[in-house]
This record gives sequence, C-alpha cells and structure tokens, in this order.
Amino acid sequence: MSGNNKGFRVFSNIIMILLSFISIMPLVLFIISSITRESVINQFGYSFFPREIDFTAYRYLFKSISTILNAYGMTIIVAGTGTIANLFLTVTLGYMLSKRDLPGRNFLSFFVFFTMLFNCGMIPSYIIWSQVFHVTDTVWGLILPNLMLSAFNVILIRTYFSTNVPQEIVDAAEVDACSQIRMLGAIYMPLSKPIIATLSLFSVLAYWNDWINGLYYIVTKKELYTIQNVLNSLQNNADYLKQYVNSSGLGAYAKDIPSLSFRMALAVMSVAPILIIFPFFQKSFVRGIVIGGVKG
Amino acid sequence: MRNKKSLKKRLKKYFWVYILALPALIYLIINNYMPMVGLTLAFKNYNFSLGIFKSEWSGLSNFTYLLKSKWAGIMFRNTIGYNLVFMVLGTVLAIFVAIVLNEVRSKKARNIYQMVILVPYLISTVMIGYLVYAFLSKSNGFINKNIVEAMGMKAINWYTEAKYWPVILTIVQMWRVFGFQSIIFFATIIGFDKSYYESAVVDGATVWQQITKITIPLLRPTVIILVIMTLGKMFNSDFGLFYQVPQNSGRLYEATTTIDTYVYRVLMTDHDVGRSLAAGFIQSILGFILVLAANLTVRKIEPDSALF
Repeated sequence: MSGNNKGFRVFSNIIMILLSFISIMPLVLFIISSITRESVINQFGYSFFPREIDFTAYRYLFKSISTILNAYGMTIIVAGTGTIANLFLTVTLGYMLSKRDLPGRNFLSFFVFFTMLFNCGMIPSYIIWSQVFHVTDTVWGLILPNLMLSAFNVILIRTYFSTNVPQEIVDAAEVDACSQIRMLGAIYMPLSKPIIATLSLFSVLAYWNDWINGLYYIVTKKELYTIQNVLNSLQNNADYLKQYVNSSGLGAYAKDIPSLSFRMALAVMSVAPILIIFPFFQKSFVRGIVIGGVKG
Repeated sequence: MRNKKSLKKRLKKYFWVYILALPALIYLIINNYMPMVGLTLAFKNYNFSLGIFKSEWSGLSNFTYLLKSKWAGIMFRNTIGYNLVFMVLGTVLAIFVAIVLNEVRSKKARNIYQMVILVPYLISTVMIGYLVYAFLSKSNGFINKNIVEAMGMKAINWYTEAKYWPVILTIVQMWRVFGFQSIIFFATIIGFDKSYYESAVVDGATVWQQITKITIPLLRPTVIILVIMTLGKMFNSDFGLFYQVPQNSGRLYEATTTIDTYVYRVLMTDHDVGRSLAAGFIQSILGFILVLAANLTVRKIEPDSALF
C-alpha cells in the first residue's frame, strides 16, 4: 500500500489488464467460433475475427431443444437436490460437533476428521456404490458419490458456530426451554448466513461442473446424462452426436448438422449460467477461497 | 453447572441433535469408511460376481503384477513431476499476481480484475478440454492456423506428440488456477499492518523496496504453510486435467499418465481390476503418510494452520 509511485501503479494496471485478457481470451475465441460458419472454421481455423457470422448451430440447438432441455434439467435437478442434501448434512453434523458438552464429542470429531486424512481413491468407492448400493444408471449415481459431504466443510461450520454464536444467547434460550433443534433454526442459522451462502455456492458449482460421477455411474441410460456428460461424450465419441440428435426427432436434418459448431454452441450454453450469476456471488466465492486456502 | 449435569441428562438434552446428525454419519460410513474395507481388495483376486468378501486372497500378486508394468514407473514420475512443477510455478505466479493486484489503487478496478481472473476456475474440465482443442486442433486450431502455418511451417499434430504435453499441461494448469491461488495471497497481504508501509514511505522507501523488504518477508509464513500442505497432496492429481485436456489420446499416455488416470484406465478399458486396486492402494497409503507428515510439520511451525 505504497502510493508514492505513479509509474508502478500504471504498470500494475497494465499487468492486470493483460492477465484479465489472458483469462477470458480462450472463452471469447470459443464463443465467437460458435457463431462462425462451420465451413469457414474448417478452412481458416478458429479466429477472433470471423469472416462470416452464422447462427446455424444455435438454430439446430433450438430444434433439438427437448434433448438439450433434458440434459439441462438433469443438471439442475442434480445440482439442486445435491446442494440441499449437502447443506443439510453439513449443517446438522457441524451443529452436533459444536456442542461443547455433547457426550462422545471427541470420538465423533475424530470420526469426521479422519475422512480428511485418509482418501481411498476412486476404485473402492466405485465398488461400494455400484456393487453394494447399485446406484449405477440411476440419478442417485450422479448425486450420492463423493460430492454430498466434505469433512472440511463440517469443520468449517462447526468452528463458525462455536465462534460466531454467542454462548449467552444459547444459555438464555436453554433457560427459556427452547429445544436444541429449534435453536438451530432460530439462532444458529440466521447468524451464519454468509458461511452458508459460501458453502451453497461451492456445492452448486461442484455439482454443475461434475462429469466424473456420470463417467463412472451412468453406463447405459444416457437420458440421465447431465449437460457435462453430454459434452464429454460428444468429445470422445464421434457417433454420439448423431445418436444424440436423432433421439431428439431431428432425423432428416441430422446429416447436415454442423457437428463442430453444434458442439461449441452446446458448450457455450453449459457455462453461460455460471458466468451470468457469478458477478452476484463473487464476494461469497472469494470468502470461500480465502477460508479454504489458508486451512488446507 | 454445565459440567455437573449427569451423562444421562446430557444424552437426553442432545437426543434429537444426534438423530438429526445421523444421516450425515451414515453417509460418511458409506462414502468414506466402507471403501476402506474395499481397499483390502488390493490383496485379493477380485471377482465382480463373488463380491468383496468371497473373492479369494491373492497376497501381493496384484502388486508384483503392477510393478511389472512399464506404466508403474511412468505414473509415479508424472504425478510427482507435475505436482512439483505446478507447486513452484503456481506459487511464484500467485505471489506475483497478488502483489501486483495490491498495487492497483482503484477499488472498482480491483474487483473487476479479481472477478475476471477467477473465470477460468469456474469452468468444468470438460469445457477446458474444448477450449484447448480450439487452440490445438491439427486441421483448424488457432495455433496451427494463425501461428504455425502463418510462419510457413507444417501444421503440428499436437494430440499425437507426447513431447509437447508437459508444457501444454503446465500452461493450462497455470491458466486455470493462477487467479484462484493469487486470491489467497492477496487476502493475506490486505491483512498486513499498514503502519509498516506508512513508516517505510516516511523513510523514503520505493515501491520496489516495500515489496522486497516488507511484503515478501511477511508473506513467508503463509507460503511455507501452503507449500507443505501441497506437498501432502503430492500423490494426487486432477483427473480432469490429465484425462480430459489431452482427450485421453493413447499417443500421449507417456506424458499424461498419472496415478489417477492409470487407475481409471486399467479398470474401465483394460478391465484389469487387480492392477487398478494395487495402484490405488499405494496412492492411498503414501498419501496418508504424507498428509500426516505435512500436518505434523505445520503444527511445529504454526499450530493455528495445522489441520490437527
């Protein structure tokens, strides 16, 4: 926080503008290409200054809207249910651990904490979820494994509860015979809005961007694919585009479909919601990074 | 008074709190503890139809079989190698960006910069794979069309030449995380005592002197702790980065195979559960030892930052 050197300030702004440009340039190139005529891309490559603007890919996207909406719907269902479940589990567990005179608190804390130290990796987890709980090819396969509860968040909310909720208020509520459950809803939650907003944001983002659960657990029922799974399949399997578009009743048009720009248009649609809402949640997001970064 | 309450009374008082937290505890048992039983499968000849308990013990054969594979060495080399490079470059870049961002005076501009450099971190790895492809596609990629061919050279087939990928993956990773990581250091710098800087200005210190003599020394503890914590995760890699960005191209495996992608590949494409389980087991155990070691070290330096 110096201030006496104008040259350095100008230099800082130049560097930051450059870095900002680098951060979004690939995305801009991509968005521009999605509205470039496919034959132009094939001939001249991806370019910031397209020779011909063309919305064919988006027109196809809207023609196959039912299929796209299905994938979008899956993403929204998975991110919504997953985040609500995640918050419920995190808050209730964190609440229990924040009670200082709770019998068995030390053991339970260790039980939660140990999951942070020891990570079994994907395969044993995959075997348990698919062989024991049979989540394969169900929507549960997208929601349940791995993303629903992180011990780190539990400890975060426990600490927040014990430092930000004044003990006097809790004691007074106990004297008034307020039940422990009502206390959570009436005292703890309202006092913890910022941290709950941050946890929700990170959970929505994790579910929205996840494609790994789909990769492992959605094997044959492709109608359960979220938008990220659709994108993943389109990238890895050239035939999948035809199947995908055919299933949306485009049959006769399917052979003319601009496969490259169609994929790009779909990809743009997948990040658009996140980029649109992000500015409103930036503060929560930055708070989450800072808390998460300094501790593990 | 609180402590004098009998155990029975306290159990009654918190009865519903336990009940409410029960789903979360059950979730941890299923998602985190039951797989630990599954980990013992590394010592069994796992058969999907027989299940976890009925499959026969096979001793160390999965491990000897794994070590015979040429990929065993490659995946450890890659996992650790990339992690070290990412850690060193990432930290230097993040500190640089944090310091520069801190020198921007306008609060509005700062907020906008902060928002924009965080954008790469919001994008899924599938999408990053698409973005990288737009640059590297052989026939119409941005780099081949606008740089390589414009200089009169022949188009490079990026997705079949393993030698370029250590650099490509490092650039992609840096692009993705520099904003995110610099925010951590930026928040630390904002928290520093302003009086250091004020007296430095009074003494006529230049901006450069303030950075090298005040900011960087004050950042040292944070850097050390973050580095140790990162070392604790040395055997983990981001599956998305190494699987999605190189498009799982077989010609690139030499440069892109890490423990995580190997474990996936041998299970899902080679259906070789034994090797996959053995590799996963080694990763879990080594990871556990490293995390413990990292935390014990951090606890010695700064107890507040340690996990335990």
